[in-house]
Amino acid sequence: MDTLPRWADVILIPVINLVLALLVSGLVVLYIGENPIEAIKILLNGAIGSTRGWGYTLYFATNFIFTGLAVSIAFHARLFNIGGEGQAAIGGLGVALVSLSINWPHWAVALPFAIIGGAVFGAAWAAIPAYLQARRGSHIVITTIMFNFIASALLVYLLVNVMKVPGSMAPETAAFPKGTNLPNAYQVLGWFGIPFNKFAPLNIAFLLALVCCVGVWALIWRTRLGYQLRAYGHSESAAVYAGISPFRITMIAMLISGGLAGLMGINAVMGEAERLVIDSVQGAGFVGIAVALMGRSHPLGVFLAAVLFGILTQGGIELEFEIPAVSREMILVIQALVILFTGALENMVRAPVERLFQRRKKRSS
Amino acid sequence: MATQKTEGRPHTAALSAEPAIELVGISKAFGPVQANKDISIRVMPGTIHGIIGENGAGKSTLMSILYGFYKADAGEVFIRGQKTEIPDSQAAIAAGIGMVFQHFKLVENFSVLENVVLGAESGARLMPSLSKARKLLIELAREYELNVDPDALIEDIGVGMQQRVEILKALYRQADILILDEPTGVLTPAEADHLFRILEGLKAQGKTIILITHKLREIMEVTDTVSVMRRGEMTATVKTAETSPEQLAELMVGRKVLLRVDKKPAQPAATVLDVQNLSVTDEDGVQRLKDISLNVRAGEILGIAGVAGNGQSELLNVLGGIMPGTGRVELNGESIDLTGKFSDGQSRRERGIAHVPEDRQRLGLIMDFAAWENTIFGYHHDPAYQRSSLFMNNDAIRAETALKMQRFDVRPPDPQLKAKSFSGGNQQKIVLAREIERNPDLLLVGQPTRGVDIGAIEFIHQQIVALRDQGKAILLVSVELDEIMSLSDRIAVMFDGHIMGERLPSETDEKELGMMMAGMGEGA
Repeated sequence: MDTLPRWADVILIPVINLVLALLVSGLVVLYIGENPIEAIKILLNGAIGSTRGWGYTLYFATNFIFTGLAVSIAFHARLFNIGGEGQAAIGGLGVALVSLSINWPHWAVALPFAIIGGAVFGAAWAAIPAYLQARRGSHIVITTIMFNFIASALLVYLLVNVMKVPGSMAPETAAFPKGTNLPNAYQVLGWFGIPFNKFAPLNIAFLLALVCCVGVWALIWRTRLGYQLRAYGHSESAAVYAGISPFRITMIAMLISGGLAGLMGINAVMGEAERLVIDSVQGAGFVGIAVALMGRSHPLGVFLAAVLFGILTQGGIELEFEIPAVSREMILVIQALVILFTGALENMVRAPVERLFQRRKKRSS
Repeated sequence: MATQKTEGRPHTAALSAEPAIELVGISKAFGPVQANKDISIRVMPGTIHGIIGENGAGKSTLMSILYGFYKADAGEVFIRGQKTEIPDSQAAIAAGIGMVFQHFKLVENFSVLENVVLGAESGARLMPSLSKARKLLIELAREYELNVDPDALIEDIGVGMQQRVEILKALYRQADILILDEPTGVLTPAEADHLFRILEGLKAQGKTIILITHKLREIMEVTDTVSVMRRGEMTATVKTAETSPEQLAELMVGRKVLLRVDKKPAQPAATVLDVQNLSVTDEDGVQRLKDISLNVRAGEILGIAGVAGNGQSELLNVLGGIMPGTGRVELNGESIDLTGKFSDGQSRRERGIAHVPEDRQRLGLIMDFAAWENTIFGYHHDPAYQRSSLFMNNDAIRAETALKMQRFDVRPPDPQLKAKSFSGGNQQKIVLAREIERNPDLLLVGQPTRGVDIGAIEFIHQQIVALRDQGKAILLVSVELDEIMSLSDRIAVMFDGHIMGERLPSETDEKELGMMMAGMGEGA
């Protein structure tokens, strides 16, 4: 199978897929009577043309990194965790409970506890499907999807009946105490004298996401646990031969996966909204699946794919604003095309490129 | 119908009878690998022609060219004197060539009859084809001992039967040249004998048969002529009657090969493994091991003979910690946990039991892992492989792997290469290196040389005997009776989950063991 050089596998094919997706998207824009060149200009300008654009793009990317890493690590153990959405939502609940628990003196004190809260809640939400898979053989794809709905319903119940501010009409918690407000990019970069947009939601959770990328990389390729996890993912029968417990690996992989998804709450709940609102995840759990697929479950790939989806999300919002004919649904179509080409249709491009390389190799030999 | 260009026949028409198949100057390269180099061969009609060679010698490539799977880079194919182009398998079938693959291509939940007709239906309605096939099947059964129940489902019949269905498929398509690729790999000795009788019968009817194998015994037994391949080249074509296994082995490997295992008499010491009343029931509730008792002493090899599927796999799996069982198993006088917390592979390794599993690709190796990741597989908790409590010492593992690969002659000796990139023999050497170098008290070995080429077999047998001579206990399971006979110091025969009895290799023969393997004899 190793017919392609690594650079072609990692860079060339994703780029070709992306270009194809954009071409088809261009046709769609053309079809509704707008200028595709103009549209892509607005999209890119809105996403990366200003510090405000970057601030939003990387904020979205941060969400996608957490959920993308969550899906990736489960992938390595051949577990398809579709439950990132629910795990992130419950993780957000954990972050909110920690933030509201006491009057935190300083964000640096609150952050470690909020991280634990988000990770533990996310992991706990993943633990039930993991247990059902490991002990009862209930398929994890089905159970995690079901747990997304349960999480969503649970949050609605809690926010409407339990955690709502008395007398308020909005189904959301009270604003978190000031001592939990994370510094945003404007503040952090300000320490170094770098100007940045004051209102963009990018905050230090982005750095946490980068740390998680490195951590996941080290975990998968440098630790004994990662070794066992990959072994189990490649061959369950061989893992059993080697004395690796499928139950243990399934549980651990899903707990880490759920924990990473739960950390998304640090960015979206603690960093941005500064309160728990209904649907704080906004589909990032599902985008995480596309990000993991496109990033081939490698933390660096996940990072790059997350930034790409951040650009599409932020640029799409700008596009919708600038060209009213390009509606919210149209943006979804474009994002879906990218997912379609980079994820599902990946092999469509792979086969011809492989043939091309083989022919070239033959000619040179 | 396929394209079948015919031209006049050139210069080679000197012999009296025309060859059924003649290949002239066939070459085929895959990238830098020259799989076939200028191969010429002529197969006379009404003969059984053997093609022998090690794994990777190019036998399968050559046959794939003949069957239209690959296109040759150069060379010509003549069928019954006619120059023939074979662009695809339809053309091969049209030219009267039938192929029986190593891995059968049958629809499991179809009946025998439906499988035979599949792809060769005579019209849109199925019934006429089926009744025609039924008539033919009955005829063929009478002529060649090809008895198969036409209405049985493929999933309900044994491999021997399935292979007959493959042969019937070819005959139904009016093949008169039959190619069999490693046909006996999955058969019991008795089934193999039956197959050879079928082939003799087909030959008597004037069919031409090409038999691809790496087993010298089969070549000597049934072929008329044999061609030897080595590294993509045809090194010799000889009359079988005028050659010997030793000569063929030398032609295959390119050097003198020891076909017999050279070993000193065993010097058994204290009992290492003592198994009492071991029983195993699998997940489907079938009892696979029925009250087995045996023991292995230090410095001896106990060989377990038997037809595949009579409980040998389960015996290895229970001892190796892959399956739970009931009974009593003692290692060096201390009992082993068969069902509880310490009944996994990890605990077994800690007790000094190493396990070379029967199926190295499914159990013994992670095919997508690099060699260096595979040489610690199962021993990855060893402190020697850790840099700290958290991180593994990958550099040290790679360095150690390079040394192991050198000592066990693994080729190519590249620790970064994925397991799936190695040949079967080299994969097996990686597993052996891993298990033997742990210096275990007891080594469990299943099918040590299955799918391994002759040169490597010699090496692997030497390693096993060397471990024995160091005073280790070895439990060997193999379906190759030759291997059991030549390696074992004692032989136990298994049938239907029972031990039928024990024999000394010097005091028994293949016939007696064969009877015991079939369930006849004492014990049961």
